[in-house]
Amino acid sequence: MSEISGEMPLRDSDYIAGIKHIAPLLVAMVPISLVFGGLAAQKGLSPLEVGLMSAVVFAGGSQFVAIDFWASPVPWAAIVLSALLVNVRHILMSASLGLKTRHMGWGKQMIAYMFLADEIWALSEHRGRKQHLSFAFYMGLVTPFYLNWVLMTAFGALLGKMFVDLDPAQYGLDFAFPAIFIGLIVGFWKGKSTAMVLAASGAAAIITKTYVDGAWYIAAGAVAGMLVGAFTADPEEFKGALDRG
Amino acid sequence: MAEVFSVDPMVLATILGMGLVTYFTRVAGLVIVRFFTIQGRARAALEAVPAAVLMAVIAPTILATGPAESLAALITLLVAFRLPLWAVVVVGVISVVALRSVFGLF
Repeated sequence: MSEISGEMPLRDSDYIAGIKHIAPLLVAMVPISLVFGGLAAQKGLSPLEVGLMSAVVFAGGSQFVAIDFWASPVPWAAIVLSALLVNVRHILMSASLGLKTRHMGWGKQMIAYMFLADEIWALSEHRGRKQHLSFAFYMGLVTPFYLNWVLMTAFGALLGKMFVDLDPAQYGLDFAFPAIFIGLIVGFWKGKSTAMVLAASGAAAIITKTYVDGAWYIAAGAVAGMLVGAFTADPEEFKGALDRG
Repeated sequence: MAEVFSVDPMVLATILGMGLVTYFTRVAGLVIVRFFTIQGRARAALEAVPAAVLMAVIAPTILATGPAESLAALITLLVAFRLPLWAVVVVGVISVVALRSVFGLF
């Protein structure tokens, strides 16, 4: 667990540190955002509607699925239900990160967790492992990432079809997210127990993806990894860990 | 084409519905760990979440797409022990482009 050691860092420098940590991801996000906007425009959404969706939902995976389902009249029930299924992994993510953000208090956490996208969460977990995860750092991650997603998706819709055929894979940009996730996994490395968690999660994810449509493979991998984590842990290590808010 | 600033009430309702269920998933875990004592094996399971979720998200890409992606992932993993995160991303992107063109030749 993270410990607050020494003096608290200055709030504004923490905010800048957050911005610096998210910066490499912003570049990779631009083409994906433009493609999303273009696809949404093809389905008849206006640029303002696209920007609103990005601002309110702020969850790329579920937004792509929604646009895939989009038709006239809007099948709202199917779209809302699929958003819930695609985003159900957030429950695990917020439970895990919640252990590191308790010091923020309810008010700030309720604001911060509105923006709990995969990348924000992963970089926050990474930060929280080694040092104090401040609200300022968290919002430093969020601000440029959120503005980038909202503005670039709306811009993509404005440009319309121009970017629909843009293939991020052609420039290897589709690999930016797996690469950053690999880098983050190394940051979570704790030896043999981590290796077993990774093996279980990877195997369960691939098997599930082969046989089940949709985003279930993420939940399957997460649960398999958690089970292995629970049963390979040294019970002594967790005996004293008492956490009540 | 739709007007730039047009907003259909049904579209707006759908967006708000998506936003509501998504926000629920984002705070649900937070509320759970706040009101229940998490210790012992439950705690260990929760501490395995970051590695497990990250791996589950990328597994299909790095293990079941093709040799270019799998090899690029291996290269990325090796440099990740040495380089800062931004450099890891650069190495990953460059190696996948290079390997895809190599494997594209066969």
